[in-house]
Amino acid sequence: MTTPVLLRFLEATPKKGWLAIACLSAVIATMLALHLFTPDGSALHVSDYAITVGGKIMCYAIVAVAMDLIWGYAGILSLGHGVFFALGGYAFGMYLMRGIGHDGVYQTSLPDFMVFLDWKQLPWYWSGSDHFLWAVLMVLVVPALLALVFGYFAFRSRIKGVYFSIITQAMTYAFMLLFFRNETGFGGNNGFTDFKRILGYDITTPGMRVTLFAATAATLLATLLLGRYLMTSKFGRVLTAIRDAESRVMFIGYNPLGYKLFIWTLSAMLCAVAGALYVPQVGIINPSEMSPANSIEIAIWVAVGGRGTLIGPVFGAFLVNLAKSWFTVAFPEYWLFFLGLLFILVTLFLPQGLVGLWRRLKGGAA
Amino acid sequence: MSITLSEAGQQWEEAATSHLLAPGELDLSHKVILYLEDISVSFDGFKALNKLTLTIDAGELRCIIGPNGAGKTTMMDVITGKTRPDSGTAFFGQTLDLTRMREPEIADAGIGRKFQKPTIFENHSVFENLELAMKTDKRVRHSLFSEIDDATLDRISDTLKLIRLAPDADRSAGRLSHGQKQWLEIGMLLMQEPRLLLLDEPVAGMTDDETERTGELFRSLAGRHTLIVVEHDMAFIEQLGGKVTVLHEGSVLAEGGLATIQADPRVIEVYLGR
Repeated sequence: MTTPVLLRFLEATPKKGWLAIACLSAVIATMLALHLFTPDGSALHVSDYAITVGGKIMCYAIVAVAMDLIWGYAGILSLGHGVFFALGGYAFGMYLMRGIGHDGVYQTSLPDFMVFLDWKQLPWYWSGSDHFLWAVLMVLVVPALLALVFGYFAFRSRIKGVYFSIITQAMTYAFMLLFFRNETGFGGNNGFTDFKRILGYDITTPGMRVTLFAATAATLLATLLLGRYLMTSKFGRVLTAIRDAESRVMFIGYNPLGYKLFIWTLSAMLCAVAGALYVPQVGIINPSEMSPANSIEIAIWVAVGGRGTLIGPVFGAFLVNLAKSWFTVAFPEYWLFFLGLLFILVTLFLPQGLVGLWRRLKGGAA
Repeated sequence: MSITLSEAGQQWEEAATSHLLAPGELDLSHKVILYLEDISVSFDGFKALNKLTLTIDAGELRCIIGPNGAGKTTMMDVITGKTRPDSGTAFFGQTLDLTRMREPEIADAGIGRKFQKPTIFENHSVFENLELAMKTDKRVRHSLFSEIDDATLDRISDTLKLIRLAPDADRSAGRLSHGQKQWLEIGMLLMQEPRLLLLDEPVAGMTDDETERTGELFRSLAGRHTLIVVEHDMAFIEQLGGKVTVLHEGSVLAEGGLATIQADPRVIEVYLGR
């Protein structure tokens, strides 16, 4: 008898992996509990602000894990992952815009920016966007389609390394320019904001804040478990083999195209889900999310945390973003310089990121 | 009794592939496993292969020698589909046109290649290297949900014994010695159950002891598999004892037993210079 898939998965995951996931769950649960069950003035109370920031950074962490699946495990550096994040955000943002209803400035059924453009009716691609399930479907399908088509042509032509990275940069830049145009129908450079409700519930209530936080946490944990499953399966071993010696993999009869396309599309979809969770928590989505610099930052989170480890990118996303929050207040002029320096230092001295450093320290001088 | 067209096609297909599945069978009309005919390849005007014609019988252990630039590697590239010939035909068995197949298809049809430099997956364990190489459904869906069953385990442990790496199964392949890496790569080839093995300088950099054991391994494989060995080491070729083909400037210069070849004045001229 062969071991069932699930059992094998449980066995194949190292103890440390479970420990890391358990620790992360505990931290998230403690944060939630302290927020809900301690009084406002208490020293232990986790503020509304902390919950919002936490939820936002967990969205980034999902993106970082998605990026790691493609970069750390398949060796494909995408510098355009921001576009998938933003498309997911926009797809859900459309639903949020429709949810405003007649409560907008112009009090019509059309979103304000359309009234401003003097449009009389919704463009065809907005149809259905008032249904929650349709929005969820679009969050998944649109970025997946883009990734599938883009990936198919790029991987079939065996575009790799820096060339692939440059093309992804160009892609996200092109989409940013497209979304900046008012005529595109997504609010131009203001994007979407001023959301009122989800599924009829007010978006600004504490309950909604906690719900979104919990949903994001659950998605992050599910992403980590999915990543763990993939990387302990034969699929993961083939993927890392493609990363290390692609032509050798072809000689033993695997066609890398399918493997790359699968993980690339999955990664894009995870980013999109993160984007959809991000928008209601932050309350805005605009084309700057697609700027090339944002996508590069995603790569830096992963590099800092540790490529090719699943928990590393989560740490990376948290640390870099916390540093960013502090830095952009203390020395706003120097943040980008610091970020660049961080990337260079990590690449030179910590090729395995913080997780690699941790392992080296534990393993002694060797 | 009548049979449908598709059944007839299926039977024909089975008949066509059956002689490939058992290459050692003494069917004289089908005993050739590889035909290369008038193959030419040129790179920027340099003729790497010049009307090369070569046939290999099923179950043979053939050695290919030749000075640098004789076209040995290019020949292997053509057989494995890495390089498309400018002209000429290349057939695997009676039916498979290698010039029309892509690299993964050729590998899947049963041609395995070992490179000069051992190219194993250094970050994977010895066991995982063999697992990846094993002949099985290699599409994404299968890899996502597949299990390591007992039959797989048996195959892997048999191969581990054959290549003398059983004690090292869980070590990462990057930590093996040079000779062990070469063996692991041969083991990976064997996991694909190939009918034809292309081996490019398999004993380069090995100790004498390792070389001899490699020779023993190859001789035990011949018959069940067909082997084409490109080598410079004359002592090793002598140990293998098969037919030898000498390539020179992209075509066959001489062919025969090692003693005959070494006595051939044209071969001596090519190797020693004018």
